[in-house]
Amino acid sequence: MHHTSTAERILRGFLLTLVLLFFLFPIFWIFLMSFQTNEDILRIPPSLFFTPTLENYIALISGRLSTVAGDLDIAFMRNLWNSVLLSSLSVGVALILGVPAAYAFARFKFRLGENIAFTLLSFRFAPPLLVLLPLSLYFSELGLSDTYLGLVWVYQLIALPLILWIVRGYFEDISPDIENAYRIDGHSWATTFRKIAIPLARPGIAAASLLAFIFCWNNFVFALVLASADKQPVTVGALAFVTASGIQYGQVAAAIVLSVTPTLMLALYAQRYLVEGLSLGAVKG
Amino acid sequence: MAKQAPEQPARAPAAVALHLDAVDKFYGDPANPAVHAVKNFSMEVGQGEIVALLGSSGCGKTSTLRMIAGFETVSRGEINLAGRQIDSLPPARRNVAMAFEGYSLYPPLTVRDNIAFALKAAKLEQSEVKRKVDHISALLEIEPILDKYPSSLSGGQQQRASLARALIRKADLYLLDEPMSQLEPQLRSVLRGRIKSYLIEQGLTSVFVTHDQTEANALADRIAVMEDGVLQQIASPAELKDRPANLFVATFIGEPPMNVFPAKLSVNGGHLSIAVEGAGSASGFSVELGEIACPPGSALQDGASVHLGVRPHSVALGKGDTRGLVVSNQWLGDQTHVVIETAGQAMVAVSYGRVEDALGAEIAFSIPPRAVHLFAEDDGRALLHGREVVG
Ligand SMILES: Nc1ncnc2c1ncn2[C@@H]1O[C@H](COP(=O)(O)OP(=O)(O)OP(=O)(O)O)[C@@H](O)[C@H]1O
Ligand SMILES: [Mg+2]
Repeated sequence: MHHTSTAERILRGFLLTLVLLFFLFPIFWIFLMSFQTNEDILRIPPSLFFTPTLENYIALISGRLSTVAGDLDIAFMRNLWNSVLLSSLSVGVALILGVPAAYAFARFKFRLGENIAFTLLSFRFAPPLLVLLPLSLYFSELGLSDTYLGLVWVYQLIALPLILWIVRGYFEDISPDIENAYRIDGHSWATTFRKIAIPLARPGIAAASLLAFIFCWNNFVFALVLASADKQPVTVGALAFVTASGIQYGQVAAAIVLSVTPTLMLALYAQRYLVEGLSLGAVKG
Repeated sequence: MAKQAPEQPARAPAAVALHLDAVDKFYGDPANPAVHAVKNFSMEVGQGEIVALLGSSGCGKTSTLRMIAGFETVSRGEINLAGRQIDSLPPARRNVAMAFEGYSLYPPLTVRDNIAFALKAAKLEQSEVKRKVDHISALLEIEPILDKYPSSLSGGQQQRASLARALIRKADLYLLDEPMSQLEPQLRSVLRGRIKSYLIEQGLTSVFVTHDQTEANALADRIAVMEDGVLQQIASPAELKDRPANLFVATFIGEPPMNVFPAKLSVNGGHLSIAVEGAGSASGFSVELGEIACPPGSALQDGASVHLGVRPHSVALGKGDTRGLVVSNQWLGDQTHVVIETAGQAMVAVSYGRVEDALGAEIAFSIPPRAVHLFAEDDGRALLHGREVVG
């Protein structure tokens, strides 16, 4: 049990490498593609040897895409910024609304409580397009279409249920007597929520925020229908790379690398909170 | 099953500290409550007094305690503590300390920091905090775990840490919910004594929950016996034994439990006697109580049906003209439990010597008149203890 043999270690290393290769290869390949010209990419057979070029990144950052058919304006950096803004605002709003709500659902039994919680979850089951058509009518009526406010609001359909249900589970796992002990020592309900409940549920809040962020980031249809070019996130913006003269694979790859980076960094940052959750243990009651 | 402890001198009652006045607890929808957990509960606890809430599982002990602490709302009635009405105050403003039965330590802090938490928040001097923590941890034998984190503790260690955290604080009232339920018997009996002297030394008023009679007897000045949400009786351990208020308390308190027989009372010119009828081939027996003055209106009427109660320790073996069959005879190392079949039912008798009668043998026994308890047949309320008429 305690002494792993050399053979076992080698086997384990081999399997791990295999799994990593399987998952990381596409990302690695895209990373390579982002430094190649379209000709290099489309060459048959593909080759690992090429002269790296920053052309794709330059095109994206400067916003000018040159194709055989002529120059095109693309708003990629604007799209990227929109993605960051929309996703973080949406998660922020969902946290402000969702964490106290999750606490209420976890701690207090109230009439129709379960039904309300389930209704919120059911937003995740609804086909987005079905919701979107009537919603777009209402939004133009209300003057909310093509506004950040309107988009963040619709993104709550994605973020809020996630935050609510994941964080609620974490709150339920904390023994209420941990909070009661603090309350009886002379602290108000609100202080207890801030100083005891939230820190103990932090791993759950981190995990839920990360997931919600990724889901918002990857959303496509909401912004496609409800926003015009200058409010659109990268997912919609990427359509611009399908041009009259073909698909610009090099720029698509560079765009993917750029748009994965924020989520990846966020995941790395959130990791310490996620791990903290594993080592805390014994909060169950 | 310990030998009867020498009677402890009762401590003098002082001013009322805690007063529960007709308190009810409903769980669920107030209009259509699912559970009526505590029913019309009234109790007074004196300053510095130690009261035990004793009862079977689910009888509402924890609910009562949590209403006093403020974790549950009071559905009806009033709670006063130290001259203030507290039932609608948040827990933070009741000035009550509580030890919890289960997980209640804050996981990111060590046991030491958990215990010292309230003192530090109260801006007590560091050396003073240390002195107090050391004192209480020595008392509860938790010094070796002071620097551990709650997640690495056993249930009993967590309980003691929670107890230490409650006792170290200054408060008007100390609520302890089964503070030692997870400890092994030896440690429990050691800690019982220490906790009691600590409470008395510091003059702390406390209410604790237990379903262990020995613990209630050892720790409490008075025991509140609960059943099905109703307070049956609150009295000193000796009083509960000698003058149980009803049949429930009579059979609940004491080990082995009181023997109860259906019986008929006859009153003949002020002279009372009780007849226990035989059943089938088994013959009955009777007990002469002698001259007892029954006040008019008393249920002690000629021909009344009653329950006769006798504690196993009071049955006198080997003498008298009543006979029964020995069904079981066990020497427990310091006392003998004999089960005798008489009047068609089993009766337990305890003797502090050895009893030689073999199984199936006939044995003579008698019930001394001063050991007789009578209870009403309908509601089980006590009518007579020894020669004392109740009511
Ligand atoms: N939050 C609640 N919601 C609904 N019913 C409850 C709740 N808490 C307790 N009850 C019910 O109230 C009754 C009394 O419960 P309580 O916990 O006070 O009993 P207890 O005397 O402390 O029992 P134990 O010795 O098992 O701890 C039980 O029938 C229980 O099922
Ligand atoms: Mg309980």
